[in-house]
Amino acid sequence: MYKYNDFDTAFVTQRNAQFRAQVARRIDGSLTEDEFKPLRLMNGLYLQLHAYMLRVAVPYGSLNSAQMTQLALLAEKWDKGYGHFTTRQNIQFNWPKLSDVPDMLDALAEVGMHAIQTSGNTIRNVTSDHFAGAAADEIEDPRPVAELIRQWSTDHPEFQFMGRKFKIAVGAAAKDRAVLKAHDLAVRIVQNASGETGYQILIGGGLGRTPMIGQVINDFLPRADLLPYIESVVSVWNQIGRRDNKYKARIKITVHEHGIDDIRARVDARFALIRPTFTGADQELLSEIKAHFAAPAFRSGSTEAYDVAYKTDPVFRAWADTNLAEHRVGSHAIATISIKKHGATPGDATAEQMRVMADLADLYGYDELRISHEQNVILPHVHKSDLPAIHAKLKQHDLATANIGLISDIIACPGMDYCALATARAIPVAEQIATRFDDLKLEHDIGHLKIKISGCINACGHHHIAHIGILGLDRAGVENYQITLGGDATWTANIGERAGPGFAYDEIVPAIERIVAAYLDVRTSPDETFLETYRRVGLPPFKAALYPEAQKKVA
Amino acid sequence: MARTFTPKVITANALIEGDVIYLTADDQWSRELSQAELITDEAHAQVRLLDAQSQVADIVGAYLADATPGANGPEPTHFREDFRRTGPSNYAHGKQEAAANV
Repeated sequence: MYKYNDFDTAFVTQRNAQFRAQVARRIDGSLTEDEFKPLRLMNGLYLQLHAYMLRVAVPYGSLNSAQMTQLALLAEKWDKGYGHFTTRQNIQFNWPKLSDVPDMLDALAEVGMHAIQTSGNTIRNVTSDHFAGAAADEIEDPRPVAELIRQWSTDHPEFQFMGRKFKIAVGAAAKDRAVLKAHDLAVRIVQNASGETGYQILIGGGLGRTPMIGQVINDFLPRADLLPYIESVVSVWNQIGRRDNKYKARIKITVHEHGIDDIRARVDARFALIRPTFTGADQELLSEIKAHFAAPAFRSGSTEAYDVAYKTDPVFRAWADTNLAEHRVGSHAIATISIKKHGATPGDATAEQMRVMADLADLYGYDELRISHEQNVILPHVHKSDLPAIHAKLKQHDLATANIGLISDIIACPGMDYCALATARAIPVAEQIATRFDDLKLEHDIGHLKIKISGCINACGHHHIAHIGILGLDRAGVENYQITLGGDATWTANIGERAGPGFAYDEIVPAIERIVAAYLDVRTSPDETFLETYRRVGLPPFKAALYPEAQKKVA
Repeated sequence: MARTFTPKVITANALIEGDVIYLTADDQWSRELSQAELITDEAHAQVRLLDAQSQVADIVGAYLADATPGANGPEPTHFREDFRRTGPSNYAHGKQEAAANV
């Protein structure tokens, strides 16, 4: 884990003091809301439907037990006893009072956290693979590179007031778990044919009202060139990106309008200019950062306790089958803690649950936790012999739901229950789908299936890249839900296909049930996943299931 | 023929708490939509909105929201305003919590 040095601490302390004074000036009336709004957004403070919302950065989703414990304190002391983990690996507090926010930020600074650049037209919190440092399929831990980018982008003078926000993700594994192709810029750590490690750079991905899949701008970038290259990309876009229309301001539109080859040529020209200004300090910094991310000394010892529990306890076995992933060290496992109990709000954890997870990380997990973009919490390093004890503790706190990757492991944005931009609710739809399929006892039979729900066209819920995507809209003053099918968030990313006309709030769960029934009907075997089936048969059988009336008319 | 004016209320968020609030006929800010002034005249609505927007030290983001007369005062015409009036649907937080504590 990266630990703040004196410079970082001084920077955050100074920023918090500035914001405290800005809040005081807003409250005494010397700043208008128009003057204050950009200042609060620079510090992650939004005004939502019912209250303020503070979005706290969890850089690349990594945190330690002291940080998680402090988030619990914030939830309890200044909020309503819970926090909401987001699709950008951050945490949001939905009910802070404006006058309490400076104290909240000071409390965060005590554990090396802040809310800077979680909003506004800046380079946002850098995201990464939630299995980083633990995954069996990665070339190296991508977090040092993510941290380097975080430090370079924080308060970068050229990139504080851009045409729009800019999101960067970093991955280093064969499997893409960080949705690299849906980011403004993605850094993929790769090895070339001669075994050298470098970076593949993608740009122009994004969801929202114009979803696009990222394209490769550089297939293999030498390691020392990373920061000047990224700076060149952002700089080119910052200059030629459209500022006349906020809906056309993201780099995906710039790439679409100019073409990737034109952008590449501009970036190369810019890179030639600025590369000489990077004299190696960034590489020294990277080696310093790497030392912070040294892997823990993994325990050895028998895994018999795990084997026994797996054989004798069916509840543990079900959890192990869905919630564990392969660790790069054979005696260890990656344990995903589901924050998706059936019928509960996806991504919401209570202060007590946060403390339990922090304690487990402290006791069994080398003090490490991760937040996934799928709104779950991960213990990245667990010796297998400790898993039965961990599972027993999780069960006591409603955290042992065995549903990772299944139909109830739903991504949902806050939607109209909280968000000022939303056009419909997302949370209750997720709750009802999870409850319905739990009642049917079908979810393990259905297998790997990703449902993602957004409450507006901005697509924070990633609906375009879901196997079954749901988009909530306002149609003539009534909530209406559009379905897309066949999206994919991994390295084989693609945008889902619109199934047809939308469904009313009370029709959406039955509609999802019909899609699933059609899948169970047409799959070749239980091993063929929903996405594989969809790719084989396409939309027609699902369309027929969704719109039986239309089929009758045709017949 | 002139377009019919849909009745309005003036709503905003309280500066400190962020709560949804409504302007009453006697120039107070209420947490209850039912106590809001229902404005039926377009010119009057604009004047009241200017009055509200000038109160920068107390409120944020005042705007005119469609409403309709009900038995106990103004009622929302759109589900967004209904959620703002009530609070989130996943927890009994916000106004629902306040109501439960009365």
